[in-house]
Amino acid sequence: MPTLLGGVLAAPLLAATHASTVDVLTFAVAATIVLAGAVGVVMAPNPVHAALFLIMTLFGVAVLFVAQRDDFLAVVQVIVYAGAVVVLFLFVIMFLGVDREENRAVEPLRGQRPLAVALVALGLTGLVLLGQIAHWATGQPSTSGVANGTEPNVNLLGQSVFTTYLFPFEVTSALLVIAVVGAVVLARRPASAGDDEVGIDATGAIESGDDTAEEGDVLEGDAADPAGRDGHAEDADDVEDEVAP
Amino acid sequence: MTVSANWYLSLGAVLFSIGALGLLIRRNVLIMFMCVELMLNAANLTFVTFARELNDIGGQVLVFFVLVVAAAEVVVGLGIVVAIYRRRSSTSADDLHAMKG
Repeated sequence: MPTLLGGVLAAPLLAATHASTVDVLTFAVAATIVLAGAVGVVMAPNPVHAALFLIMTLFGVAVLFVAQRDDFLAVVQVIVYAGAVVVLFLFVIMFLGVDREENRAVEPLRGQRPLAVALVALGLTGLVLLGQIAHWATGQPSTSGVANGTEPNVNLLGQSVFTTYLFPFEVTSALLVIAVVGAVVLARRPASAGDDEVGIDATGAIESGDDTAEEGDVLEGDAADPAGRDGHAEDADDVEDEVAP
Repeated sequence: MTVSANWYLSLGAVLFSIGALGLLIRRNVLIMFMCVELMLNAANLTFVTFARELNDIGGQVLVFFVLVVAAAEVVVGLGIVVAIYRRRSSTSADDLHAMKG
């Protein structure tokens, strides 16, 4: 089916440009895969299916990278995006057990979908219009090196990353460390409720000060009684109230 | 000779629009994240196209950085989703009204 659609698309493409048939067919098939995957992500009721559609789109984009002589990024795209990011998505979906279908018939916010479609259509029209009338390309010569040469793409990219873009590259490492630390902090369970109570009790005991010395025997006597702690806490509050004025 | 840059740029614009549309209409936070990935990929495709068209390797380097930032964003974002799920047992954006005035 994609090949058939690609063939239909290929005729006007071939007429409009001087590209070879293979290039046009590659673009048409990859573009079809990309768009089908993107629509699948948006429409799929099941998050697992959406993640699989996302892989489809990412592969299509990788093919388009290769078609533009950008081999290294295509490989990185497949390994990092399709390999790591989507697996992380799937892992979280399975971990949380939210892989059941969403009921999309109900629309909690009335008019949200037509409004969203209208907004996106407006944005797309504005973008295409601006692309036609505005002159965004300044024509400045490149400061970071040529992209289209006989040299392999990896050499060009590596040379640029480790010379012109060395500082951003180093900052990237800091960003990754921050992300890892942030993920660890977020993944830790927050201090449990029991810990909080102990904390409050400790604070109360400190605030009550001399009160603990006087009621030390009471505290020891009530140690076996679960209600003893509450009683002591109330005492501490009373003492605070007396001290406050 | 490859396909004209216009086709790639148009595809990037359409892909970005689909991602934005999904972000606006879906309510599952995980799928909203996936739509953000779609939009980032559309931007990447545009960058690579301009790198070829303007003969400037800077566009490809920028895609490289976008990949790194996207990976970091997904890690932190999914961490937040898991943390929220622990509290609310839901990944629907409708349930996240703790900061509603």
